[in-house]
Amino acid sequence: MTAKKDAQKPGWKDVPEGGLILESGNATEYKTGGWRTHRPELDKDQCINCHRCWVYCPDSAIVSEDEEVTGFDHDYCKGCGICAHECPVDAISMIKEEPSTEE
Amino acid sequence: MSNKVALTGHEILANAMRQINPDVVAAYPITPQTELVQLFSQFVADGKVDTDFVTVESEHSAMSATVGASAGGARAMTATAANGLGLMWEVVYIAASTRLPIVMPVVNRALSGPINIHCDHSDSMGARDSGWIQLYAEDAQEAYDNALQAIRIGEHEDVRLPVMVNMDGFIISHAVENAELLADKDVKEFIGDYNPDHSLLDPENQITVGPVDLQDFYFEHKRQQIDAMENAKDVIADVAQEYKEMTGRGVEYFEEYKLDDAEIGILALGSTAGTAKVAVDQLREQGVKAGLLKLRVFRPFPSEELVEALKHLDVLAVMDRAETFSTTGGPVFADVRSAFYDAKSDVEVVNYVYGLGGRDTRVEDVVSVYEDLQEITASGKVDNRVNYLGVRE
Ligand code: SF4
Ligand code: SF4
Repeated sequence: MTAKKDAQKPGWKDVPEGGLILESGNATEYKTGGWRTHRPELDKDQCINCHRCWVYCPDSAIVSEDEEVTGFDHDYCKGCGICAHECPVDAISMIKEEPSTEE
Repeated sequence: MSNKVALTGHEILANAMRQINPDVVAAYPITPQTELVQLFSQFVADGKVDTDFVTVESEHSAMSATVGASAGGARAMTATAANGLGLMWEVVYIAASTRLPIVMPVVNRALSGPINIHCDHSDSMGARDSGWIQLYAEDAQEAYDNALQAIRIGEHEDVRLPVMVNMDGFIISHAVENAELLADKDVKEFIGDYNPDHSLLDPENQITVGPVDLQDFYFEHKRQQIDAMENAKDVIADVAQEYKEMTGRGVEYFEEYKLDDAEIGILALGSTAGTAKVAVDQLREQGVKAGLLKLRVFRPFPSEELVEALKHLDVLAVMDRAETFSTTGGPVFADVRSAFYDAKSDVEVVNYVYGLGGRDTRVEDVVSVYEDLQEITASGKVDNRVNYLGVRE
């Protein structure tokens, strides 16, 4: 019995031998944002663009354009909340990603 | 042009390694393998090979460095025995699953404990499920022949698996024998160059070796390993044929000794096969129709071919120089009996676990097994399916 989603994946004759990964830099294809339970939200009015969040983010999920923090790359943000914790002016708040089942 | 020599098993196998001239050998000494690596390191020191010899601080590191070298595209070898193989354990699996054609002489020795340095097969048999091809030798000549063929088998594009070249510790490794060594250039020609599909050292084609491989893909990679083992069967046969044309020596999966018209037979691997041949000769002189099947290839297991060669027997004894503690017999017995089950054969198959920890197995011990088999034929019943040959009651 094969689950439907498994059927879409390559079979044993098609995957590279020995578990090798044959191209470099493809980790970007592995979107890890799905692990998140809380997402950061930015209040642009409060932000003083000190870039502390950018420095402290353990991924590289803070988006900065033209020296301004503009938001988050939700494909990779794990929702750890470090950015919110480090922000000196409380410009980032963590909000629940989905209503929990208890609610 | 070949060269007749009288040397120890280790000297003969070290010469095979010299002629193979691997790019990298990483090794740690362990009895009884020590001398093999020591002799090879002398070849390195004397400039007889251009191998990078990596001295490491343990067998775990020896196998790790060998895996690293092989993943880098090098022809890489190491050698080990007993607890050394035990310490390599996790990396032994990695070598096979990463599909690295490493060739490793295993100088068979009992695994502790209690501590014992002498021959049995508990080391290699313990690694039977690791995904390595396993070849066994009756004598030093065969260990030499197997080592050269192992390079070709493991590196074959349909296989790409590591190979253990097993040789009984002390019995073969430390005894002097006559053997024929091929000319260096003939070995070079026979093994050819190694052209890996991928190398960690190729900056144009960057790869990742050994990534995490979870429930999504691990099973598919194991299935590929099984496929490679299936392919190895044909490759082993082809390489053996080619080697035989060149040297006049060698068998594919096993040697049949006076088996054609035999009624009772023994299946053995390693040096005991030689002892059993003497027993067969003695019994044949008395008119007993005894035969022997000497198994060369244990992984992949040549199931169908074995049954075909043995199915005319009344009774077969499988000799195991290792225990499984299943309480139902040794590792070779389990596979042989399972093969017979498929064939719906009525050959009685019994097991003899023998020679553990270097316990001597003499011709008269093997003769006593044939006598047991004669009794089973006469009475038509098996009292003990699994027997312990040579243990004190
Ligand atoms: S929540 Fe964590 S991962 Fe996401 S942007 Fe903030 S620091 Fe980075
Ligand atoms: S740490 Fe706070 S204030 Fe500084 S750039 Fe980030 S969000 Fe803006």
